[in-house]
Amino acid sequence: MGVRDVSIEELLDTTKIEWINSTGPESDIVITSRVRLARNLKDVPFPHLLSRTQAEEVIDSVYRAFLTNPVLSKDARLYLMKDLSDTEKNLLVEMHFISPDLARDDRGAVIISGDRRISIMINEEDHLRIQCIFSGLDPQGAYELASRVDDVLEEQLDFAFDERLGYLTACPTNVGTGIRVSVMMHLPVLTMLKQVDRMFSTMAQLGLVVRGLYGEGTESWGNLYQISNQITLGKSEEDIIQNLLSVAGQIISSERQARRNLKGEDRLRLEDRISRSYGILTNSKLLSTQEAMGYISDVRLGVDMGIIKNLKPEEINNLFITAGPSYIQEVFKKTMTPLERDLNRANLLRQKLLR
Amino acid sequence: MMCDECKKRPATVHITKIINGEKTLLHLCEQCAREKSIFDVSFNLEGEPFSMQKFLAGFFEPFMREFPEKSQPLSCDRCGLTFPRFSQIGRFGCSHCYEAFKGQLDPMLRRLHGKTYHVGKVPKRRGGKIRIKSEIERLKRELQEAVNAEEYERAAVLRDKIRELEQKLGRS
Repeated sequence: MGVRDVSIEELLDTTKIEWINSTGPESDIVITSRVRLARNLKDVPFPHLLSRTQAEEVIDSVYRAFLTNPVLSKDARLYLMKDLSDTEKNLLVEMHFISPDLARDDRGAVIISGDRRISIMINEEDHLRIQCIFSGLDPQGAYELASRVDDVLEEQLDFAFDERLGYLTACPTNVGTGIRVSVMMHLPVLTMLKQVDRMFSTMAQLGLVVRGLYGEGTESWGNLYQISNQITLGKSEEDIIQNLLSVAGQIISSERQARRNLKGEDRLRLEDRISRSYGILTNSKLLSTQEAMGYISDVRLGVDMGIIKNLKPEEINNLFITAGPSYIQEVFKKTMTPLERDLNRANLLRQKLLR
Repeated sequence: MMCDECKKRPATVHITKIINGEKTLLHLCEQCAREKSIFDVSFNLEGEPFSMQKFLAGFFEPFMREFPEKSQPLSCDRCGLTFPRFSQIGRFGCSHCYEAFKGQLDPMLRRLHGKTYHVGKVPKRRGGKIRIKSEIERLKRELQEAVNAEEYERAAVLRDKIRELEQKLGRS
């Protein structure tokens, strides 16, 4: 096995994460765009039927294949699930590098690129899940990069591909292009006006799915929603991306419109809520993840609407990560009681906001 | 929106079931969803493994009924996965399963995706013929659309392109 990296310490440095520190298109509303491509090796059983040895061989061959491109794999790291603690794995989930499914099985691994834009999950449901995260509304950018990674790997690996059915995947829900495009949107005002449910209920008819931040969809988790395609067969990657883009575009204008339309008392009440949330974030002794996410969402809205002037949107992206349940424990390198976590989280958020 | 089940807690799990083209929307709170074990929404590592498969297995069940128990269940000769087993776990065992269960596949794919053939990226290495063939397929569909829309000039251009590609295919 090639160089494996046991410590995930360097991943805590959020200044190295591209999507947090850059501002892509429409990034007042769209936090990130993600594309993942499902690929499998020909003539190798799918991951759930692999022995430990076979699973390691898959990891090894994928890692070697990726290293053949010195540009894309510059400063890349390989993490084996069996080497990581539960907190570390949870942190990778919170930072969107891996899926909860990958974290559950210790036969899996992930390769994370130096700029943190590429993560290749190995032995998840499929042998490979090539994932790219970009800032703002840029699914094309994310797809182009993912497709380049795919091209590099394909030169070395024999992928299971059928002329009629396309890329063959473990679950027939992903067969064809194997593509899942997701945009993470921050929709505080539409949520406040109770318009999201109605809007999202029409989403299924358009072949799209809506999920919350980590799969849950709740108002209280920072008003963040992920919208992604469901259909992978019979439509080209470009069409799938275009479809998502046009729906995302409509949601963006609704949210912006709703923000602009807040006038008089409604506006005053919102400004009050935003200012209070900022006050709470900068003065609390104890903050749970869920509670903190709500205030951070308000502060982010305050920044986007020009109500809070001393912060940049990128700094808020950083706060969303900082507030996660595992981030705190990794920063302090210890397992904590929920109370200790809330205490340290409140401290860290305060420091980051008042720095 | 309140949970359809308990009508007390806010609905945070939204499920769309499409069976025989009929759409059912289900809005549940996390607790009721878990009790119904439709979906494991937490990513607690110690918890139950994500039950998407379980959920999908339920989805594939209708396909099972079309194949009453035979003495020898249909199975993949490479990985040994049987079709009943697939219907339980919602995952194939290897890429060859697609070939082994070919007869069962199309109605399932149609229900999942509305289509039964791939359009889009083709591995470069497999390139050549497949790429040309799929391009011809795409052009033929476009040609049909053009004819339907009575855009005969566009249709003529497409027809020439198809001929050109077919010749290329014949030569290689």
